[in-house]
Amino acid sequence: MTDTPEPNEAGSLEDLMARFRSNADGATARFAPVEAAIIRDLVGQVIELIGADAPDDTDAWPAGDASSTDPAGRTDPTGRTGPSDGTGWTDTADTSEADATGAGAPGRRDGMLDGGPIDADALAAMVGFSDNTELPDDPVLARLLPDAYRDDPDASGEFRRYTESGLRSGKAAAARTVLATLPPAGGRIRLSEPEAQAWLRALNDVRLALGVRLEVTDDFDDQVANMEPDDPRASYIGVYQWLAFLQETLVRALS
Amino acid sequence: MPWVTIVWNDPVNLMSYVTYVFQTVFGYAKPKAEKLMLDVHHKGKAVVSSGAREAMERDAETLHGYGLWATISHDS
Repeated sequence: MTDTPEPNEAGSLEDLMARFRSNADGATARFAPVEAAIIRDLVGQVIELIGADAPDDTDAWPAGDASSTDPAGRTDPTGRTGPSDGTGWTDTADTSEADATGAGAPGRRDGMLDGGPIDADALAAMVGFSDNTELPDDPVLARLLPDAYRDDPDASGEFRRYTESGLRSGKAAAARTVLATLPPAGGRIRLSEPEAQAWLRALNDVRLALGVRLEVTDDFDDQVANMEPDDPRASYIGVYQWLAFLQETLVRALS
Repeated sequence: MPWVTIVWNDPVNLMSYVTYVFQTVFGYAKPKAEKLMLDVHHKGKAVVSSGAREAMERDAETLHGYGLWATISHDS
C-alpha cells in the first residue's frame, strides 16, 4: 500500500490539480480540459482491456473538443507533439523528442497539468493495453482479475468461471460512469454518492494498471527520486501521482 | 469457520482507500478497518473475514471489484 502522495511542489501543484470535495449529495470537482482528457483516455483503455462491450458513448457529449473551449488556449492534448512515432515510451533509444517537449525532464510534472508534455497517443502506448485477453499474458489483467486461490489452480479456475464475467462488467460499469459524468472539455462535475463510489473504483483500476506498467514497488518514491531523465517512465510519473492524489481526495470526500 | 479471506499488500492501493473498502464491504468500524489495513501494510497480509467457503468467495469477488488483492484459503 501507499500513503497520500506528496508532490514535489506541493503548494503550487495542488492549486493546479483537480481534487474532490464533499458536498451534500456526494462529491464535486473541477477538471481542466487536459485533466479530463487524461482520465477519459485511461478509463477508456481499462474498458477496452477488460473486454466488456463498450456502448458507443463517443457522441454522448456535445461536439467541440477540449482545445476549442479551453479558456487558457492550451493545445488539445490529443494529436500533437511528443513522442509521435507511435512507439511511445517503450522506445528507450529515442528520447530526443521527449526532451524537446520537456516530457523527459524531471521536475516538470506540473507540465502535465498545463497540457504541456503529455500526449494522449503516447500515453496510450505507454499504458500498453492490448486486445489480448489471455490472462497469463497480460500482467495488468492478471492484477485486475486476480486468482482467488494462491496454490490451487483448479479452484481458481472454477472461481474465475463463475465470477470473472461479473467482475469485468462491474469494472466496465464503473468506468463508464466516469465517462458519462466527465465531459471531454472538463469543468465542474457533481457526483451522487453511487457515482462517486464508481469513480473511486474506476480510478483505482486505472492506478493499478498504471502501477503495473510503471513497475511500481514499495520503494517507488526512491526509484522516482533516482530515475534517469531519459527513463521512459519519467514523464508519466506525474500522471500516476496526480491520480493518487485525486483518489485520496475522493476517499476523504466520501468518508 | 474453516475458511478465510486474506488481503495481500500491494504497492499501489492507497492506505485510506483500503480502510474505506474494509468499512464499506464488511461494515467494520474505522478503528478495526484501520488495524486490518495496517496489518496488511506491515505484515504483508491480513485475514479480513472468515466463514463458509461460499461466503469467502463472495467476499473475495467483492474485494476484487474494489481492486484489492484478495485470496481464499482453508484455515487449517
